[in-house]
Amino acid sequence: MSTRKFLGAALLAALVLAGVVSFYASSSPDGLEKVAADKGIDAKVEDHASKDSPLADYGVKGVENARLSGGLAGVAGVAVVLVAGTGLFWVIRRKPQTAE
Amino acid sequence: MHVPDGFIDAPTSVATGVLAAAGVAVALRGARKELDDRTAPLAGVTAAFVFAAQMLNFPVAGGTSGHLLGGTLAAILVGPFTGVLVVSVVLLAQALIFADGGLTALGVNITTMALTTVLVGYLVFRALVRVLPRTRPSVTVAAFTAAVLSVPAAAVAFTVLYEIGGTTDVPIGKVITAMVGVHVLIGIGEALITALTVSSVLAVRPDLVYGARDLARPLVLRNAPLAEAQEGRA
Repeated sequence: MSTRKFLGAALLAALVLAGVVSFYASSSPDGLEKVAADKGIDAKVEDHASKDSPLADYGVKGVENARLSGGLAGVAGVAVVLVAGTGLFWVIRRKPQTAE
Repeated sequence: MHVPDGFIDAPTSVATGVLAAAGVAVALRGARKELDDRTAPLAGVTAAFVFAAQMLNFPVAGGTSGHLLGGTLAAILVGPFTGVLVVSVVLLAQALIFADGGLTALGVNITTMALTTVLVGYLVFRALVRVLPRTRPSVTVAAFTAAVLSVPAAAVAFTVLYEIGGTTDVPIGKVITAMVGVHVLIGIGEALITALTVSSVLAVRPDLVYGARDLARPLVLRNAPLAEAQEGRA
């Protein structure tokens, strides 16, 4: 499998997981949230500074359909992380000697 | 395991932020050696994959869920320094855009979920790869074991930070027991996803797995005398 095809397949997997499969994820509190609530660690928890972000809590604000809202937020997240990550890694990579 | 604002007090959050920044600075320096034209895009896709996998909360015991942290997976796929950066990029995007993990707690979250998981996961992975036979199944077994341990390690790191600067006064014994208990279970999920992903990549492109580059070495050794022999003949 060529590197290009491999990267395409991996990215497609990420998009499907975030855009489609995420709808079926458990909505129970995660380990820390559960422990915090049970033991009282969260007594002084504060609202998130980005709680009014258009994508807060992995949903698109204004999109009523939960499947669509979560899926679009997931796809947007994959895109943002891909671009930010690849950009960072490309900038700091070891450049070929001929390019200098 | 994303810590929201208000769990850890301001001085401890700031101090942990400095620690996280130092860790990321070390990772930025070290990642230069791991990244080139071929691996940089792979690391970007790994970050996107970790973000996606983190959305997939799986149920563990008693109305509790967990999700992949991804530090061990990223370290094995693209290298430990780059692995720290992969998870940090994901955590930054989650805190800024998705309101997941507090902004003042970003240092805490990078310390627990990026630095701790990569450090513990990669050290365990390297130690196991060294003692196990040099085969692909060994790499998968090492990845599984490393991932299992990395999650309770992150839970311990959180508990330490909570003991130093928690905003509430829950006895540390109660916190550590509860945190480690549930995160051992979540660690099993982490291990399954990590082992499945690593073995899938090994099946199609073993050369792209940073943690399995030793497997390719015998090939290089076998080619070297051949090349010399050909030069000798010429």
